[in-house]
Amino acid sequence: MSNHTVRRKTSGLDKALRVALYTVLLVVAAFYLMPFIVMLLTSLKDVEEIRSGTLLSLPAVLNFDSWSKAWSSACTGSSCDGISPFFMNSFQIVLPAVAISTLLGAINGYVISLWKFRGSDVFFAALLVGCFIPFQVILLPMARTLGWLGIANTTTGLVFVHVVYGVAFTTLFFRNFYQSIPGELVKAARLDGAGFFTIFYRIILPVSTPIIVVTVIWQFTQIWNDFLFGVAFSGFDTQPVTVALNNLVNTSFGGKEYNVDMAAAIIAALPTLAVYVFAGKYFVRGLTAGAVKG
Amino acid sequence: MNTKAAHSGSGPTQSGRPARLSLADWMPKIVMAPTVIMTVVCIYGYMIWTAVLSFTGSRMLPSYNFVGLDQYERLFNNDRWMVALGNLGVFGGLFILICLFLGVTLAIFLDQKIRAEGAIRTIYLYPMAISFIVTGTAWKWLLNPTNGLEKMMIDFGFEDFKFDWLINPDMVVYCLVIAAVWQASGFVMALFLAGLRGVDGDLIKAAHLDGASTFTTYRRVILPSLKPVFFSALVILSHIAIKSFDLVAALTNGGPGYSSDLPANFMYAHTFTRSQIGLGSASAMVMLGCVLAILIPYLYSELRGERHE
Repeated sequence: MSNHTVRRKTSGLDKALRVALYTVLLVVAAFYLMPFIVMLLTSLKDVEEIRSGTLLSLPAVLNFDSWSKAWSSACTGSSCDGISPFFMNSFQIVLPAVAISTLLGAINGYVISLWKFRGSDVFFAALLVGCFIPFQVILLPMARTLGWLGIANTTTGLVFVHVVYGVAFTTLFFRNFYQSIPGELVKAARLDGAGFFTIFYRIILPVSTPIIVVTVIWQFTQIWNDFLFGVAFSGFDTQPVTVALNNLVNTSFGGKEYNVDMAAAIIAALPTLAVYVFAGKYFVRGLTAGAVKG
Repeated sequence: MNTKAAHSGSGPTQSGRPARLSLADWMPKIVMAPTVIMTVVCIYGYMIWTAVLSFTGSRMLPSYNFVGLDQYERLFNNDRWMVALGNLGVFGGLFILICLFLGVTLAIFLDQKIRAEGAIRTIYLYPMAISFIVTGTAWKWLLNPTNGLEKMMIDFGFEDFKFDWLINPDMVVYCLVIAAVWQASGFVMALFLAGLRGVDGDLIKAAHLDGASTFTTYRRVILPSLKPVFFSALVILSHIAIKSFDLVAALTNGGPGYSSDLPANFMYAHTFTRSQIGLGSASAMVMLGCVLAILIPYLYSELRGERHE
């Protein structure tokens, strides 16, 4: 796609510029890679080795003890079962929350772009504000509401919160995508007697795969990485992994086990990193979908 | 009949409709109803609720004894809040400027037919997939004066090397900047790269035919056409800066003392752990004001642009 630079005769200056260009790009790449490399190296050393070596020295032997400790026996707050229970909590929150918010977003986007009614555009604009408000402004009323509903400190409560504040984004994604579907298509199907849901199932959903993938990835990473709602609305047993990781890192005073901290941090990051590695294209599309109108 | 018809709202509901309203006619409204209720209650309703609380003397529990602007007065006389607000200015300003600068520069560099562009792009962007809690944990380790970069430099032979920003109240806010830039600058790069690839190729060819150098073409033709991307990035970055909470929680926990607090952390602490609900609500409203001050002009220009399409 990039036909910007016109091919020219390579002079000495051009060659020097190329070398400088690559140098800058590689140095910056090192800056982005270093924290992860250091985390990985540190997680593979024992405490003694961490003390004697430097950040970037290689571990003498590959030692996965800290990983198994982080997973199943490190102390977070008052229990010492590692971060695995919280890792599972995160999945229990993420999976239903992603499914429900994506489904709602698809239906909303379908209505807003193809079944406009009086006020639907105004509502869409009002909903968009939900993408940008600082969540601090709704935290306390939401805490009270969850209490009244009897779902404070439960997984259900967290799913509810993530659905409520995720729908603005999912609706935005689907609306932008469906905007390009010609209204005539729906009109014709309607003349043939197809109803609201028939058109959705038979015409709209079959062409929606790309935007569903983008939305699911976006929601998965957003909800997995959430900390604010997790720390404000979860009980000890229902904490997501981000909260447990923060507890683990901040409470183990005394003999600080940096290798365990780093292993736990990598474990907490693995699911979204995996998504990024295997579906990076869609991840980027999700990031930019909210930012640049497609 | 042209393709524009789809955009001008000629949806099925606006075609000649039969006089009788059936269930099918109500269906669009019925399926939207849950979202409408959630939005009205949980976004606007709660916003108003918090606004109301900010005018009350609520402490541990919400109460409705109105005290006017007292909480706002207390807020701006509160040392910790002023530190948090000042930190937001420094942190937000540097974070946004550095991210924009790095983002534009890296996008232009990557746009020069770079070998292995895909791999380099992947490296630049991966931090965005990670939680701020993980980012904070990683940088806390790197910036730790006794074990991290400082020790590494000393071991390399720079014996006087000192890097204690993380425990220095005057410098700790810059640690937040480093970690946040690491996390978000790749994303800005991706935005600008997408923008660059979308610039009209004919425009660029025309500039080259006129004899413009690559540098001039970028400066005079390409970058000016990226104004919307620039604006979007600015809005998103300021939003990230204002709501930043988790990075502080993981990297510094507000310390030393409260020298690295941001408004979001102030709000959480006062609302949930210090039983100062009224004060916490007032701080949340100030945060909302900051976001709206940036958001309203943005939405206004976006919507106006749409009408002119």
